[in-house]
Amino acid sequence: MDRYRFRSPLGRATGLGPARTGFEHWWTARVTAVALIPLTVWFTASLIAHSGSEYEAFIGWLSTPVVAVLMILLLVMLFWHTALGLQVIIEDYIHSGVKTWALLATRFLCFALAISGIVAMLRIYLGFGVST
Amino acid sequence: MERNSRKRTRPLSPNIQIYRPQLTSVLSIANRLTGVILSMCAVLLVVWLVAASSGPDAHSWFQAAIKSWPGQVLLLGVTFSFFLHLCGGIRHLVWDTVRGFELRQIYSSGWLVVAASLVLTLASWLASLIVAGAN
Repeated sequence: MDRYRFRSPLGRATGLGPARTGFEHWWTARVTAVALIPLTVWFTASLIAHSGSEYEAFIGWLSTPVVAVLMILLLVMLFWHTALGLQVIIEDYIHSGVKTWALLATRFLCFALAISGIVAMLRIYLGFGVST
Repeated sequence: MERNSRKRTRPLSPNIQIYRPQLTSVLSIANRLTGVILSMCAVLLVVWLVAASSGPDAHSWFQAAIKSWPGQVLLLGVTFSFFLHLCGGIRHLVWDTVRGFELRQIYSSGWLVVAASLVLTLASWLASLIVAGAN
């Protein structure tokens, strides 16, 4: 499924048709959604499996490379999907000049949160400052 | 917007005070609402990860907050929101393949989303209680 099957020939030729970045937004939302299905199911199942477990056991599990990779993937996909979804909501309900600032703030916040989560995961994975 | 209780002023166009809620419209706004709720949960997820990376004290503070009864109520709501958004989202993805647009299919898939969300919420909480009991 490539983007060229969905764009009009004129849109393709001029680079962007009247939909501008609309299709890319829609497509990326779908891609992140599909990626999030296994990632969130895995995360939920993992949380359930660790119900009531001690801190050391939990951190030990989080520190394994596979889990670290999956958690970082989850963070990236989650905040990308969140940013796209919130963008649509803001565009639907805010029409004054506030809209631009709201869109910027949302996108920046999602980016900052994703990075914070990744840094926390790296700290856990590399064992920095985590006393057991 | 004042409204005479005896004689209803006619709306100029259907709006949310007049239009009867249907499975289609309710699930649609539910998907958006749960999306917003999950966005806030994403923030909590990062807070929790930062707490976990900061050591056992910060982490146990967070755990205690979650284990309190308002925390548990919140978690139940979040769990249901997650499954509703997940199942609703999958329903959207199926539509994106241009399938399931017959009215009967719309309604059966809609009820399936509601039922699946309830079942998955209960199942996950049950599983969590069983695992926590074994730990």
